[in-house]
Amino acid sequence: MSSSGAIPVQDAGVAGATLLEVRAVAKRFGPREVLKKISLDIAPGEFLTLLGESGSGKTTLLRLIAGFEQPTSGEIWMGGERLDTLPAYRRRVNTVFQHYALFPHLSVQDNVAYGLRVKGTPKNEISGRVVEALRMVKMNEFAETRPSKLSGGQQQRIALARALVNRPQLLLLDEPLSALDANLRKQMQSELKALQREIGIAFLFVTHDQEEAMALSDRIALLRDGALEQIAAPREIYAHPATAYTAQFIGQTNLLRGEVQGGVASSGILRWAASGADGPALYSLRPEAIQLAADGATPANAVRFRAVVRQQIYGGASELLEIDCGGVQVLRARIPARGPLSGEHEFAFSAVDAIRVRE
Amino acid sequence: MYSRAYRAIVSVPPLLWVGLFLLLPYALMFTHSFWMVRDGFLVHEWNVQNYEKLATNSLYVEVLLRTMRIAASVTLCSLLLGYPLAYYLSFHAGPRKELLYQLVIVPLWVSYLVRGYAWKTILGSDGVLNGFLQYLHLTHAPVGFLLYSPFAVVLMLTHIYTPFVFLPIYAALEHIPRPLVEASQDLGAGQGTTFLRVILPLSMPGLLAGATFAFVLSLGDFLAPLLVGGPSGNMIANIVQSLFGAAYDWPLGAAVSVCILLITVSLLFLTERLEKRWSFK
Amino acid sequence: MSGARSDQRAPLLTVYAAFVFAFVYLPIVVLIAYSFNRDGVGGFPPRHFTLEWYRQLFADGAIWDAVENSLLVAAGSVALSLTLGLLAALALDRASFPGKALFRRLVLLPLILPGIITGLSLLMFAVFAGMPLSLLTVFLGHGTALISVATTELFAGLQKMDRAQEEASLDLGATPLQTFWRVTLPNLKLSLIAAGLLIFTLSMDEIAVTFFLIGRDNTLPLEIWGRLRRGITPEINAISTLIFAVSVGLIVIWYRVRTRSIGTEAQDLLERP
Repeated sequence: MSSSGAIPVQDAGVAGATLLEVRAVAKRFGPREVLKKISLDIAPGEFLTLLGESGSGKTTLLRLIAGFEQPTSGEIWMGGERLDTLPAYRRRVNTVFQHYALFPHLSVQDNVAYGLRVKGTPKNEISGRVVEALRMVKMNEFAETRPSKLSGGQQQRIALARALVNRPQLLLLDEPLSALDANLRKQMQSELKALQREIGIAFLFVTHDQEEAMALSDRIALLRDGALEQIAAPREIYAHPATAYTAQFIGQTNLLRGEVQGGVASSGILRWAASGADGPALYSLRPEAIQLAADGATPANAVRFRAVVRQQIYGGASELLEIDCGGVQVLRARIPARGPLSGEHEFAFSAVDAIRVRE
Repeated sequence: MYSRAYRAIVSVPPLLWVGLFLLLPYALMFTHSFWMVRDGFLVHEWNVQNYEKLATNSLYVEVLLRTMRIAASVTLCSLLLGYPLAYYLSFHAGPRKELLYQLVIVPLWVSYLVRGYAWKTILGSDGVLNGFLQYLHLTHAPVGFLLYSPFAVVLMLTHIYTPFVFLPIYAALEHIPRPLVEASQDLGAGQGTTFLRVILPLSMPGLLAGATFAFVLSLGDFLAPLLVGGPSGNMIANIVQSLFGAAYDWPLGAAVSVCILLITVSLLFLTERLEKRWSFK
Repeated sequence: MSGARSDQRAPLLTVYAAFVFAFVYLPIVVLIAYSFNRDGVGGFPPRHFTLEWYRQLFADGAIWDAVENSLLVAAGSVALSLTLGLLAALALDRASFPGKALFRRLVLLPLILPGIITGLSLLMFAVFAGMPLSLLTVFLGHGTALISVATTELFAGLQKMDRAQEEASLDLGATPLQTFWRVTLPNLKLSLIAAGLLIFTLSMDEIAVTFFLIGRDNTLPLEIWGRLRRGITPEINAISTLIFAVSVGLIVIWYRVRTRSIGTEAQDLLERP
């Protein structure tokens, strides 16, 4: 699991056992209920992302685990022991803050050494571990520098090193990449992912950027208004969203409102074979599932329909078409780039790509 | 963006004023210290006998030392009172912080004289404190040293300067980003350790500013000794005051003033250097 | 965002903070209590409530003359200090000239120097210039000493100001003078009021500098001082209580002005836990 030179993982108990358990945790600030009885587990070495809009409660949950807030009700357990009754400074959990929170009056190496010094680690051990941590984030030559002289990306690495050097069982990251510009962000994402793989510590990552969540996570926990909407691996959550909210938040989709009758789903001018109970139904159909019938990309038994191209948004490798289906509904289709299109065309999609979702 | 005329208009009047009413008076005081008084008249003869007198006469040295001791005590006590108060307000007061802050400021607006006078009435032999102690039968006779002593001067000046010391410390504490405190706890430091390693170092500029203010102003205070100090509580500024009054020797008074000025300016210079070293932007 | 968990239990610290508060307020409370005490100052506990001392106070002509003098000097000081302080703040913010660093230090010096130094140096200046000591010299003394207050406050206000507003004004065709009047000054409104109130209060209470520059007409603090040297009368408690009440009144007014200027939304923002 861990190659030589990696920071060894603290013993997390039986392999495959749960590292952290959030049991029915609720949090209220005055009249506002920010978290509504959330339960989830984190496995050792897992990269779990808390994804949601602002106000969804993701940061609050992170802070509850870190120890900066107390749950109004519910419990948090880690490694078989109660966590939420411990003060922040006694938890085997470390945080990477959104704006890094580096100590301005300490040099980079003193910042990184802080957690070790405070716990009374012997001096010779400290210097070794600090050097190792800085090497891991590729910042060794900045050991004596003051944080104020570093760029945002560099400060972020130091914040990471400062947390990891303490060998926590769980690392919390509070939107650490949100302050970086787009290119640097992408680069840091892949570095972060590689780092997590290498050292094998569980990461709990908070973000509102769904692309980021999908790129980094082993599992995504989507929060909405303080409740857990869905928790699954990225591929699963993308292919099989449970609700309309999930389908729209993660990736793009077409929401087809219609009804099922005797094994046939109908919505607007579309009809396709569907299982499930009769009655009103809501379906999610991803734009990339709709292709031009003429391209032959869809199977012979695909659902076909005609629609007029209203708008065409060029995106380099692909384009997004806005198509009008008989004046009744407007859908979006993502097709490979092929030059300007207009007028009426035949489109197709496979029935299995229409996922039935809850409201 | 600002024309020469604009810049001239805003610079010249204050420059003139400062030159005329600050620089010139200080220069006058400086030159006076090198003159002397003969037969009760001011004589413009250049000499350094005033400074010789100050250096050799044990009376002046003694009073200066006593003054510095008093100023140091006032500074220390004000810090011991003002810092915890500022810390409490900044980190523990929650939503009532703003109101409590205003409450701390209120006494600053109350006249210095009024507050000094109040201490006089409290500490006197038939003052409130003695009356209180006797009422509780803790003492049977008035306690003497409370009033007309260096103790009373330190007490009164501490009372005056605690809010002054509080202000810059509170401002500095408020400037410390709260995530730094959380980060410290996250890394395993309890409240005490966090205070020593993070909060205190980052509040140093404010602490220095407050301490300097209290020390320098206590050093040059002459009203407190007159109100509550008595003969044993005499301070260096009282000597200056009497030299400009009944003891009529303006040159000598000017010399002492120049000394006070030099001590003050050196101290300010020193703390400015320290502040620069300890402010981490 | 809610603060760290230290927003909680710290009983020893809370008790200590309360003690410091009590220490700071004790003399004021005693003062007010005893101004209503028939047997005057001293002894414990105060009995016999009376308004006699206030009656005496209001009949005391000399005190009210002194109050009038103080008000004159204070008003003049506010005008002078604000004007020169504003110019100095603008100069420090926008102009560069040789000796600027020295100028800045000199302007701020009276803030930190003991009043006796400022007072004596101005006394020597008055003698040098052949000026007799009077309310005028007191006025010059206060004005000089309090410029620092105005400069500090107004400089801070200028720094906080959005420079782009002035640029926008010029861009729209206003002259620098119009810009100053229509954009810069209104932006400094809060700072001007704060500085003005502070200068007024400090001038009303000023003793150290006034001590050496006073002529025949007394200011209020010096009038009280003279009486104190002669002996304690509870009448002084009464005037002190009144001064305290006025001070508190000024703070309340200042608080109202500031709140209304910032606006209620911003105020909520400030007070959110």
